[in-house]
This record gives sequence, structure tokens and C-alpha cells, in this order.
Amino acid sequence: MTTASHRRPLHAGPIVIYALLLIASVVYLTPVLVQLVTGLKSFQEVSLSRMWQLPKSLSFESFAKAWSGAYQGLTGLSVNFMNSVYLTVPATLISAALGSMNGYVLAKWKFRGANILFPMLLFGMFIPYQSILIPLVRVLQDMHLYGTRGGLIFVHIVYGIPITTLIFRNYYAAIPDELIEASKIDGAGILGIYALILFPLSLPGFVVVMIWQFTSIWNDFLFAVIITSKPSLQPITVALNNLAGSFSVEWNVQMAGALIAALPTLLVYIFLSRYFMSGLLAGSVKG
Amino acid sequence: MKGLTRDRTISVALVAPSILLIAVFVYGFIGFTGFSSLTKWDSITPDFTFVGLHNYARLFSTVPTDRFLCDLRNTVTFTVLFLIACIVIGFFLAVLLDRHVKGEGIFRNIFLFPMAISYIVTGVVWRWILSPGNPQSGATGINQLFDFLGLGFLKWGWFTDPTILYIHPESGFGTFLAHIGLRGLASPYIGVSLAMISVVIAATWQMSGYTMAMYLAALRGIPTEMREAARVDGASELQIYRRVIVPMIRPVTLSALIVLGHISLKIFDLVVSMTGPGPAFATDVPAFYMWDTTFRGGNFAQGAAIATLLLLVVALLIIPYLVSTNRKEVR
Repeated sequence: MTTASHRRPLHAGPIVIYALLLIASVVYLTPVLVQLVTGLKSFQEVSLSRMWQLPKSLSFESFAKAWSGAYQGLTGLSVNFMNSVYLTVPATLISAALGSMNGYVLAKWKFRGANILFPMLLFGMFIPYQSILIPLVRVLQDMHLYGTRGGLIFVHIVYGIPITTLIFRNYYAAIPDELIEASKIDGAGILGIYALILFPLSLPGFVVVMIWQFTSIWNDFLFAVIITSKPSLQPITVALNNLAGSFSVEWNVQMAGALIAALPTLLVYIFLSRYFMSGLLAGSVKG
Repeated sequence: MKGLTRDRTISVALVAPSILLIAVFVYGFIGFTGFSSLTKWDSITPDFTFVGLHNYARLFSTVPTDRFLCDLRNTVTFTVLFLIACIVIGFFLAVLLDRHVKGEGIFRNIFLFPMAISYIVTGVVWRWILSPGNPQSGATGINQLFDFLGLGFLKWGWFTDPTILYIHPESGFGTFLAHIGLRGLASPYIGVSLAMISVVIAATWQMSGYTMAMYLAALRGIPTEMREAARVDGASELQIYRRVIVPMIRPVTLSALIVLGHISLKIFDLVVSMTGPGPAFATDVPAFYMWDTTFRGGNFAQGAAIATLLLLVVALLIIPYLVSTNRKEVR
């Protein structure tokens, strides 16, 4: 009798557990559903007071408007979406390559002082970027990179060094040293060992790092808004903020715009969520 | 031997560019910002006249504006509520998922996907959901849902409500505090800005999946034998959680607090896209004030002072964390 009563919470559970999980799921999905439903409404149907109603007929008008429709002083999001692509792709690739090299050296070719250097490097990803913005703008101006796409790419690469190095270092640290020692005896040098052994094993590491960098660079707002002032160069986060901040833009267009801005990282997440998780737990650190 | 030294040289050459970049763009720049915060630089043209801690003193006074004091209050409100919400909700979801439910992967993804979205998107969407409505339009957003569910009494102004909960100096408790020499506590800067709750809701929606994932991984790491043993000893499920599981996942709670804590100190994008400074700075935060005063107002020295304070607080939180993680690894 006693064991039965002790076990009861465990067995009375399932229905309650599923009910709670379902309720939580609905709550978590609501913001996205609201975006979708509102984005699919026509202008006549959209108003804040009707936000919880489903659209009477599907209309892609708001998506079209957000994508290409020009408002006073604003261009369609298509330009900014492509800006984000041109920004994110090279910045992600270069920072992954850089992180892989750094991670390799710090995991397998430790030099004196590396144990102090590494945490100092890591500190760079926790700092509030406000504390470097003022000199950053001046230095970029001196380098003639201020206000350019190249400048923004450069900044993302520099401030991506800590996290990419961390993930790769942890990844390479798990590869047995014996493998390295054996090829050293075979006469391979530092670059040969990387090319022949480490790099071919790195694919999952690259996927994790690239997802991480893709997501953070695509979603970045602070660097973008400070460095690119020309609307024709601004990435989508800045453009969306301008679109949503303008009173002349209807809600359905704002919601369609928000969904367009969220879509690439959402797709990456949906298809590669396993890697997203391991990046999260491996890095376990970045916001 | 010769090959080895050559490899050594190459290894240093490989990391040198990164180390140099971080030395300049992180440490050098922080130094420059710290230096700027001690100067008179308050327009586009730099003016490096030394003024000591004047810019800091101005931040903590109510003249010419009490904005920074409001920001500190809002940051404390936000951080406390956001951390509690993420820890409680994340733990609760992890416990539910740990019960070997069917479709665990789907649920996990549903709770985690908001992390993949930009704060700007989150802000735009939640601003819409929480828009309180006005007498002309009637209730909108969540308020409308409350009406529909017959919970109309829950309706309120969300992020447009400028109410600050604090101990009024003239109230009974306020005079009591003044009597015992704690007059300072009865001030609108020691209080809770209710408008911040809306920002907390949006941020929790975005980040609670993180604590869920951390807790779930930790729960999975607890050997089944330990729970079994406790069960055999006659412990109830609740007791097992309180006596066995909660103490074992304390390290996870600590690192979640540090990681989320430093994020909440830096919170910026969400405020920009959702509320801005709000009525009477009810949703203003230091990171936003810094950006506003520096890049819109041209008060570079003032902005540098805010940035330096922000960095100091983050460093106080992060450096012990980095040192202890590093020490664990070396061992």
C-alpha cells in the first residue's frame, strides 16, 4: 500500500504531463502563428482588434508589400534581405576558418602562456559591445571601412574570434593526441597534420560553428545600426526595425516583414536543430 | 628538432593575427573608452580635456536628468524577474520532458526555436501582442484575449504603463524608514517599473529554452540508480526532487544565472524594437541610454562612462566564472 501511494505521482502523471506540455507549446508557438496569420490577412481585414481572428481569405499582399513595396523613406525588405546574405555568408565562412586554425593551435600546439591567453580571448565575447563602439567607429573611419559592407563583415569576424576559437578548441581537444604524435613521427608538419587529420574530422565542428555565426550575424542589430547608416546597405534587422517604427506601415506588413527576417535562421534551426543544440551547450556561454 | 621549432613558429604565426586583433579591438578599445569617459568630449569633435569622474557623478545625480537612476532600477527589475522566470520555467519544462514523453524532440524544439530568432523580430511581434489598445479601438492584443476569456480584470497598460512601485517617503513605512536612517530606500529609484514586465515576457519567451536545454542535459546526467535508491528509501517524488535532484543541478543553475545575468545587463535590441525608453524612462536601460546619448546626442564622454560602468558590472560577473572554468580544465 505504501509503495503504491509513493508511486502514484509518477503514474497519475502522463495525461497531466502531456496537457502541460501542450499548453506550453501553444504559448511558445503563439507569437509565430500570430505573425503568420496576420501576415496572410489583407489590409481590409487587419486591425489590432481583430488580431486573434483567422484570415477570411489568404492574401500574400502583405508579404509582397514588405518584400518590395516602398514606403516613404523606406525601401522594400528585399534589398536588405540580400544585404544580410552578402554580409552573413562571407563573415561566417571566414570566421569559421579563423576559429578552426586558432582552435587547432590552442588545443594541440599549446605554447607558453596559452592558458592565460585563452580566457583573455574568451572575455571578448562577454563584453557589452557598447564599451568598444566609440573607438570602433573612429578606427573604421580611419581604415575607410566605416559605412561599408566590408567594414561590417570585418567587425563580425573580429568579434567572432572568441566563440569560434572556443568551440573549435573544445572540439579538437577531444581528438586523441596519439593521432597527432603518430603523424609527427611519420614526418608530417603542423600544416600537414591539420590538412590530413584534423580538417577531415572537423566537419561537424564546422557545422556547429557556422550555424552559430550565421545565426548571430544574421540577427545582429547593434553593429549593423552603428556601422551602416545608408539604408541601401543596411541588413534586414535594421530595416525591420525602421519598418516597424514607422507609423505609416500597417501591422500586417510589419508582421510579414518580421517573418521574412526570421525565416532564414528559423529554417537553419528546423533542419539542423541537433547542431544548434550542441553549439548551445558546447559554447554554453554566448547571448 | 629543427622541424619542431619550425612548427612552433608556424603555430604562433597562425594565432598571432587573432591575438593581435583581440588585443586591439577588445582591450585597446576598452582602454580608449575608459579614457574617454574621463574627458569633456561632448560633441562630434573630440575634446580630451580631463574632467576626472565628472561624467560618472552626473550619471548618479538627478541633474540634468535622472535617466541613469531610472535605468539602474529598470535593469534590476528586469534582471531579477527575467532570471526567476527563465530558471523556474526552464526547470519545469525540463522536468516534464525528462519523464520520457513521446515526441520529446518536437516539444524540445518548440521551446528552443525562439533562440534562433533576432531580438528585433521578437520585439516587433511582442509589441503587437501586448499592445493594450485605447478607448477608441477597444482592448487589443492580450487584453482582448482577457476580455474574451472573461478575465477582463487582468487588462492593463503593459509597456505603456508608467507605474513605478516604490515606498513613498510620506507613507507610513516611508517615515518609519526615515526614522531608522534608511530614508534612501523610500525613493522612486528603488522600486519596480511595471512596464518592464512586458520586456521580461518577450525575453523569457526567447531565452527560457536555453535553461530548459541546460537542465534537461543535467537531469539526464543523474544516474538512475540514485533516484531508485532514494525511492527504495521511501522518498516521495517531490522529496527526490528537493533532496537529490535540485542539489545535484546547482552548478547548472549557477552557470545559467551567470550567462543569462550578463545577457540581461546588456539587453538592448529588444528594448529598441519593442518599447524604446518608454514613458518617463519606464523601460529605458543603460545599453540603450549609451547608444542614444552617444550616437544620437553626440555626448561621447557620457556614453563612454555608461559603457565603462556596464563593462565593470559584466566583468565582475564573468571573470570569476572564466577563472573557475579555466581552473577546472587545467586540473
